Amino acid sequence: MTSEPLLSVRDLRVEFSTSAGVVTAVDGASFDVRRGETVALLGESGSGKSVTAQAMLGIIPKPAGRVTGGSIEYDGRDLLALPATATRELRGREIAMVFQDPLSSLNPVFRVGAQIGEMFRKHRGASRKEARAEALELMRRVGIPAAEKRLDDYPHQFSGGMRQRVMIAMALALSPRLLIADEPTTALDVTVQAQIMDLLARLQDEEGMSLVLITHDLGVVADVADRVVLMYAGRVVEAGPIREVYEHSAHPYTAGLMGSLPAIDGPRERLTPIQGAPPDLLDLPSGCSFRPRCAFASERCADEEPVLLGAPGRPAPHSSACHHAGKVLTDAP
Amino acid sequence: MPPETTPLLQVRDLHTTFPLRSALLRRTVGHVQAVAGVSFDIPAGGTLGLVGESGSGKSTVARTIVGLEKCAAGSILFEGEDLTSLPPARMRQVRRQLQMIFQDPYASLNPRATVEQIITEAWEIHPDVVPRDRFKPEVRELLERVGLNPDHAARYPHQFSGGQRQRIGIARALALRPKLVICDEAVSALDVSVQAQVLNLLAELREDLGLAYLFIAHDLSVVRHISDQVAVMYLGRIVETASQQELFAEPVHPYTQALLSAVPDPLPWARPPRTPIIIGGDVPSPADPPSGCRFRTRCWKAQDVCATEDPALEPRLGLHPAACHFAERRTELVVG
Ligand SMILES: Nc1ncnc2c1ncn2[C@@H]1O[C@H](COP(=O)(O)OP(=O)(O)OP(=O)(O)O)[C@@H](O)[C@H]1O
Ligand SMILES: Nc1ncnc2c1ncn2[C@@H]1O[C@H](COP(=O)(O)OP(=O)(O)OP(=O)(O)O)[C@@H](O)[C@H]1O
Ligand SMILES: [Mg+2]
Ligand SMILES: [Mg+2]
Repeated sequence: MTSEPLLSVRDLRVEFSTSAGVVTAVDGASFDVRRGETVALLGESGSGKSVTAQAMLGIIPKPAGRVTGGSIEYDGRDLLALPATATRELRGREIAMVFQDPLSSLNPVFRVGAQIGEMFRKHRGASRKEARAEALELMRRVGIPAAEKRLDDYPHQFSGGMRQRVMIAMALALSPRLLIADEPTTALDVTVQAQIMDLLARLQDEEGMSLVLITHDLGVVADVADRVVLMYAGRVVEAGPIREVYEHSAHPYTAGLMGSLPAIDGPRERLTPIQGAPPDLLDLPSGCSFRPRCAFASERCADEEPVLLGAPGRPAPHSSACHHAGKVLTDAP
Repeated sequence: MPPETTPLLQVRDLHTTFPLRSALLRRTVGHVQAVAGVSFDIPAGGTLGLVGESGSGKSTVARTIVGLEKCAAGSILFEGEDLTSLPPARMRQVRRQLQMIFQDPYASLNPRATVEQIITEAWEIHPDVVPRDRFKPEVRELLERVGLNPDHAARYPHQFSGGQRQRIGIARALALRPKLVICDEAVSALDVSVQAQVLNLLAELREDLGLAYLFIAHDLSVVRHISDQVAVMYLGRIVETASQQELFAEPVHPYTQALLSAVPDPLPWARPPRTPIIIGGDVPSPADPPSGCRFRTRCWKAQDVCATEDPALEPRLGLHPAACHFAERRTELVVG
């Protein structure tokens, strides 16, 4: 892993116009992804993780959505400034994505093998026969049982977990340099999940692939991520090396997430979710968006929006956007 | 659970098959045994957690119970009545006491209907549950029950967050006053804080209304948290079942042991390193399951007998039922 970033997101802003008003889904997010590195994007449902990924791929749904600020630099080029044909080309060959919802991203009327093979036909000019052989090989690699018998199945004949593996196979087809995976293993049992995460790790070792992993699973993140970026209401609220952030959370939202987890051992107790309701993006509070749910909130939090700064007393590069980061760090259990 | 209560749901030797069609020959060339002889009980107010390999048939079990798939063999007794042989009119009455909550709340809610319409739709179909003039107050009560603002009844699904939509799904499931709610990956898509809210809500509903759950999930910490009893599926069969305490503390089937050993730990640095059991090999196709024990092709303990004799799901080692000729205690698997 070299320290030069492959991907550099700076002050990204994405807006959607809805019947109720303009929603700022991503509001000034910045982070880097280095070569061979795994960065996890964690955060509240609706905090802008998937929209950030869509922006990287140039697939923000139009005309409702548009990028209104910032840059996304990939390998020295600003993706937001490239013509659409160039981004499409990059997206086919170098940047691949596994989408959150496998059923709606697979075409229900085409056979699974043909859909995977299409990647090779379109981008590599493979013959039908070659594409079929490549598709079969990939289906085996992602652990689809009796792959040769299932090439001609339709997506609805696969279980949720098998469809997810098909999506992963399609994303890996062209050996991308950057893989953006949105909840890639949520539908999988833990042994298959471990197998898929191993496969991704191997590709990272062998081919230096970078991985942006969007997930709600804090355990998977601890297992595979080098760094973690936490989002809340469209902003990055905390970022840093995985162990550092988990063990020394410097933002109350992160601490709240860690505290909501059911344990795999020890006594069973009532769970303690973060209090209050998720933010309404159309009606955000002044200052810090997390303030109405925060036990540390003070007047300053209402007046002044906190910016992402080094976590006090913690080694760089650990940063937090909280006026009371120092107190959060010392009060944590 | 007191032993004298008759189970609310008794599933016996359930089989569900799908035809395997050849594209080339344009005809059925075999069958996928998605569920191949599954039996379990759920007492009133109890929770059975169903876990296992993806593709092992968990959703198919759920869908067969609620009548979305055809039962090929076996019986599904709900309060003693066999759902597989009920006349259609009676079936409709019984069916409403069995409700399902799906993984994707958004896909399962009609985007053009308000929350109120989504909830009252069921009452239109079953007019004896709530009289029309009680619709409005009952909707408010339901929304309050699931922790939503009753003033939001006129809003549309897209105006709610993921966790709130899941609550709408729960409100809809509760509208027909079910006794059993089947949750198929119902909290998997939620962030852990919202997930904690929904799990607390499900636990409250169980206490207040005496609901029973069949709870399907891949997240074993979640299953451990909510279940009384846990069953582990592999390739269409239950391979081990026990109380939540015993299953997590003393799993004896190799597949369960591998599963528990692979649970990702959110704080791995705080504990001594674990060595996950890697199960090698390919998952066999349910259209062509191995002879004898279905797990043997991937099992590190397999002997000749495993290929010839199908191990019964019966108590092993003086503990709980497990389908393995070589069941063995292993306690160091779960983190901690
Ligand atoms: N096509 C769209 N039109 C209008 N608003 C949208 C659209 N897509 C996303 N949004 C809004 O943008 C915000 C961020 O959504 P996003 O899908 O990025 O969340 P997320 O962090 O991926 O959440 P989850 O964990 O639930 O997947 C949400 O409030 C969502 O309602
Ligand atoms: N409509 C169908 N036609 C043919 N085969 C099917 C159909 N639905 C399911 N199957 C097959 O039945 C088996 C069981 O699928 P099911 O969806 O019940 O698994 P699951 O345990 O819920 O898996 P997951 O954890 O991935 O959701 C799989 O092999 C699947 O491919
Ligand atoms: Mg998302
Ligand atoms: Mg399923």
